[in-house]
Amino acid sequence: MQAKKRYLILLSAGASLILLFCFGGIQVPLSRRGPGRRDDHSLTGYHPGARWRRLQGYLKVFSTWEKDHDFHEDISPRQKRDSNSGLFTGRRCRMESCFNFSLCERNGFKVYVYPQQKGEKLSESYQNILSSIEGSRFHTPDPAKACLFVLSLDTLDRDQLSPQYVHNLKAKIQSLPLWNEGRNHIIFNLYSGTWPDYTEDLGFDIGFAMLAKASISTENFRPNFDVSVPLFSKDHPRTGGERGFLKHNTIPPYRKYMLVFKGKRYLTGIGSDTRNALYHVHNSEDVVLLTTCKHGKDWQKHKDVRCDKDNIEYDKYDYREMLYNSTFCLVPRGRRLGSFRFLEALQAACVPVMLSNGWELPFSEIINWNTAAVIGDERLLLQIPSTVRSIHQDKILSLRQQTQFLWEAYFNSLEKIVLTTLEIIQDRVLLHASRSSLMWNSLPGGLFTLPQYSTNLGDFPFYYAKLGTKPYPKFTAIIHMVTPLVSQSQPVMKLLVAVAKSQYCAQVIVLWNSDKPLPAKHRWPVTSAPISVIEGESKVINSRFLPYNTIPTDAVLSLDEDTVLSTTEVDFAFTVWQSFPDRIVGYPARSHFWDSNKERWGYTSKWTNDYSMVLTGAAIYHKYYHYLYTTYLPASLRTMVDQMSNCEDILMNFLVSSVTKLPPVKVTQKKQYKETMMGQSSRASRWADPDHFAQRQTCMNKFANWFGTMPLIHSQMRMDPVLFKDQVSILRKKYRDIERL
Amino acid sequence: MCASGKYNSRGPALIPRMKIKHRIYYITLFSVVLLGLVATGMFQFWPHSIESTADWTLDKRSIHDAPLIRLPVSSPIPERGDLSCRMHTCFDVYRCGYNPKNRIKVYIYPLQRFADELGVPISSTGLSREYNDLLSAISDSDFYTDDVTRACLFIPSIDVLNQNSLRIRETAQALAMLPRWDKGMNHLLFNMLPGGPPDYNTALDVPRDRALLAGGGFSTWTYRQGYDISIPVYSPLSADVELPERQPGPRRYFILSSQTAIHREYRAELERLKEENGEALLLLDKCSNLSQGAASARKRCYKGQVYDYPQILQESSFCVVLRGARLGQATLSDVLQAGCVPVILADSYILPFSEVLDWKRASVVIPEEKLSEMYTILKSIPHRQVEEMQRQARWFWDAYFSSMKAVGLTTLQIINDRIYPYAARTYEQWNNPPVVKWSSVNSPLFLPLIPPRAPGFTAVVLTYDRVESLFRVITEISKVPSLAKLLVVTPRKKFKCPECTAIDGLSLDQTHMVERSECINKFASVFGTMPLKVVEHRADPVLYKDDFPEKLKSFPNIGSL
Repeated sequence: MQAKKRYLILLSAGASLILLFCFGGIQVPLSRRGPGRRDDHSLTGYHPGARWRRLQGYLKVFSTWEKDHDFHEDISPRQKRDSNSGLFTGRRCRMESCFNFSLCERNGFKVYVYPQQKGEKLSESYQNILSSIEGSRFHTPDPAKACLFVLSLDTLDRDQLSPQYVHNLKAKIQSLPLWNEGRNHIIFNLYSGTWPDYTEDLGFDIGFAMLAKASISTENFRPNFDVSVPLFSKDHPRTGGERGFLKHNTIPPYRKYMLVFKGKRYLTGIGSDTRNALYHVHNSEDVVLLTTCKHGKDWQKHKDVRCDKDNIEYDKYDYREMLYNSTFCLVPRGRRLGSFRFLEALQAACVPVMLSNGWELPFSEIINWNTAAVIGDERLLLQIPSTVRSIHQDKILSLRQQTQFLWEAYFNSLEKIVLTTLEIIQDRVLLHASRSSLMWNSLPGGLFTLPQYSTNLGDFPFYYAKLGTKPYPKFTAIIHMVTPLVSQSQPVMKLLVAVAKSQYCAQVIVLWNSDKPLPAKHRWPVTSAPISVIEGESKVINSRFLPYNTIPTDAVLSLDEDTVLSTTEVDFAFTVWQSFPDRIVGYPARSHFWDSNKERWGYTSKWTNDYSMVLTGAAIYHKYYHYLYTTYLPASLRTMVDQMSNCEDILMNFLVSSVTKLPPVKVTQKKQYKETMMGQSSRASRWADPDHFAQRQTCMNKFANWFGTMPLIHSQMRMDPVLFKDQVSILRKKYRDIERL
Repeated sequence: MCASGKYNSRGPALIPRMKIKHRIYYITLFSVVLLGLVATGMFQFWPHSIESTADWTLDKRSIHDAPLIRLPVSSPIPERGDLSCRMHTCFDVYRCGYNPKNRIKVYIYPLQRFADELGVPISSTGLSREYNDLLSAISDSDFYTDDVTRACLFIPSIDVLNQNSLRIRETAQALAMLPRWDKGMNHLLFNMLPGGPPDYNTALDVPRDRALLAGGGFSTWTYRQGYDISIPVYSPLSADVELPERQPGPRRYFILSSQTAIHREYRAELERLKEENGEALLLLDKCSNLSQGAASARKRCYKGQVYDYPQILQESSFCVVLRGARLGQATLSDVLQAGCVPVILADSYILPFSEVLDWKRASVVIPEEKLSEMYTILKSIPHRQVEEMQRQARWFWDAYFSSMKAVGLTTLQIINDRIYPYAARTYEQWNNPPVVKWSSVNSPLFLPLIPPRAPGFTAVVLTYDRVESLFRVITEISKVPSLAKLLVVTPRKKFKCPECTAIDGLSLDQTHMVERSECINKFASVFGTMPLKVVEHRADPVLYKDDFPEKLKSFPNIGSL
């Protein structure tokens, strides 16, 4: 009984205590919410848990209509603008205040490279930068026509301890007659500052010049004025460049490791903190973060307790193996903000996880890095594993593909890095005719999407699916004529009639490239689609690919005068093209191969099981490629084509495949139309000529050399009408003429 | 209370001996505890419950009931905004922490009125209608938390939307007095009209330490990229006037200028353009015969002819948005609402939400110096693009400009995207209007890859209870060199048409066809659209059925069945 009572007492006391707690009667210091001491000057009516409530009743509006009334008395806006240029200089430079736009107005966006001075040594990388500019369409040898100036003094390495460091740069630059305090100049730089603090100062006064700099910090970066470029190694190829590592997508997209890192750890100095803490996250299973202290002369002197253990673990793994087998790659800052690792991860399709606070990422002005990298925060290192694990596999798949696109579009060669830098500046200069973010961040990328052609996404062959639109459902035929019109039975007459009869034909343009005078109007056949004649001025073969303003449609049907085609064939090819608006769709196909004996590319017209080119004597493609052919390709290649009057079709195939990374599309053709049927006139003689064939071999190799790589891709498929040669009644077939002999 | 006290005092002595009194004793004990509870409860909750009822009845309360705080003259003033502030230097990310929803928590300070020692308020308007709307919208959103300890972002209830109505020094002091101010860390201020005469600074002049600024009218020199947020200047007309969306296309006028406070130099330049291009341009100004006020805001005049504003904006393809004393102009909002393409002439202006919105698809930016070339520049823009821009303009207004709620939540979403970048909204989500979202195709496998043969393929064979035909399929398919794996899937259902041997047999079955048609209709209605596309071509091997030796073909036997 006694015991029972004691229990009861205990119980009741306990219960009442709990009750007291629940009602908040007793205040335990731990449960006390809100800011500690700051509460002391907490104000009347303030308490931390208060909820915001909407206020009812009459409230004034935030602005009134009688504003700006004294503006008219204000100073002239023009004067105000001019005063900006004096006010915002140096670290506050912007295009508006430090760049002279008027230089670009007269001759467009032209770049001048200073002549190299005798005795001035340039690093290979800088040499390559200069030759990339000189080989680009922006280059001008005349400084009076230039809008942008590039020094021929090597400014890449401004680390005083480096052997590449150029001394007396200040004096050398000041003595340049065109320097003009650096206005409209761009200075390329990869390294600045030196141990121990690695400042971003270049060691000379850059004046009004823009910086194209690697490892630039957001603090020093002047938005829309400087360009952040990636850090690249000495061996970075000048042109061409390696393809991305990703050959096919795997689903689910996980690789052997989730997150990897292998690199130096700094025992002292700047950039140590993050790398020192990596071992906390390392689990030696799927998160493998390895560091070594073994670098520099006196690492033994500074070594800490973990060094030996770390070094052993470090040697167990291979850097490349980890790079290619990991879903995510950690890219922490080094001594400087940027590192080679960034580009390496990008190429390896290992999604970079950035841990470099305050690094203005490469080409940040145009690239949306959230689509290809995980932007981490050094302060949240310990959360990184759970963060990357939380990323959905669909997102990983898309991040990974985007790394490959960006790598190949802007980074895989020095030329692309330099051209991207120039294009970014050009976009600023041409404000209203500049690329939208979609053009930069989706295939085929900004270097192939020229805003001077159009700023309208719908005018390019690349964005129909993204915009949910379709190309204009008609085509324009362009017939290239070189022989005079003598008889009405000439094959070109038949061709004209057949093409113009197509329900999709909007217009036929005859490009008259013959030396003979134009035939009289009445000699052209009467057709439903209008025929217009353009008299080629220069009579050169490239003129067939000029971006004529008179082409009213998205699609162009390019034809040789001796091509034999029926209306059905044209109709069918056009419906195929509507499914592949970014590719060349046509009839006769050719192939390339690597001739290992001669160590060069070979060209073949034999009937093979695959093809990589479609002849433009009978092909449909997007009008934009005319523009790209004329403006993007260098004059050297186009002159070569004109002089030989050959290879224009090969060049077009190179161009389109390098843009799309895809082969052309061959459609089926009537059996009577074989290689031997390529007409009886001029072209036949051309084909019979053995030199013609040898020329084409040479062209292939010249082109591949300029592109830096072989862009052509083989295909094994041919597009046939759905019921083609099927055992059903021919009456059920829509394109029955194609089967008929 | 007294009685129980009496028993209580006696109680302990009686416990061991007096058994009869046990019961009384316990009753007493319980009642004491209970009473104690009630008493403490009353004591603890009395003042609080007053507060909380006040909280809940705030709806009926006017701003004058908010507590008034007097600022001592010596009260500390924050430092001016630090131009080098970035998220990684001036923002405490630890407060946001890791959370599975990837959503920041936002706290709003309760409303207070501030006045100096003499009782003069720090602001002439106090809480404005717009700021009230903004804060209410945030408090209704899932960003909101009323738990100050869990908040990642703090929003003062001090209204700084319009700098003109503020006393700068006192406002700054009031900010510094906020209990969680802590050098402005993680505090967000909304300001739409910065600066004041004569030189109109492009960012709020109130010293604010490290606070983030969502400002309307930043220039490239005051905007801290990646830290501040550029927001629109809200147009009060948005709430009053409803402009139905118009189909994109050519409009009656080509260019329209509707602003009333245009500098005379620029007006002269516009007049010149009008002379050159005549009817294509409509140059409006305020109506001289109307008095100032709300009514005049809704009218514009040209040579005595009166036009309704903002309705007239819908009659033009392009609408000029010229800088005034400030870079940010409320006109921009009106113009977008009308689906008119804004032509922005405000050098160095950071366009609203430029961090996420692709303005190149919705506007034309022309340097002020090129005002005289405006007509030529605009004429060079293709029609199709003008139509796309008209559509984009209206979409931007609908989604991001139309209300203070839209402005506020967009701002928070941008900050959210910075803190959880791996969960950020995509370019398409920000920029594609609903009509494009529905019709566009974004393939999850967008990279043009031609996979190597090496990994081969996996065959997945669906089988019913027909073992014989299954074995036949397996034998055939296993001959294929690039087969990597074969998977047989067996559903528990019987094959529908056991006597059918070929697919043809099944397709002759009419009910089967009807069923499948029904499926298609059902699916299309669920998808909301018909995603299937019709093509007339088929991929065959290059030499398919060509007159060519079969043994030289890569795929010789195709089509032989």
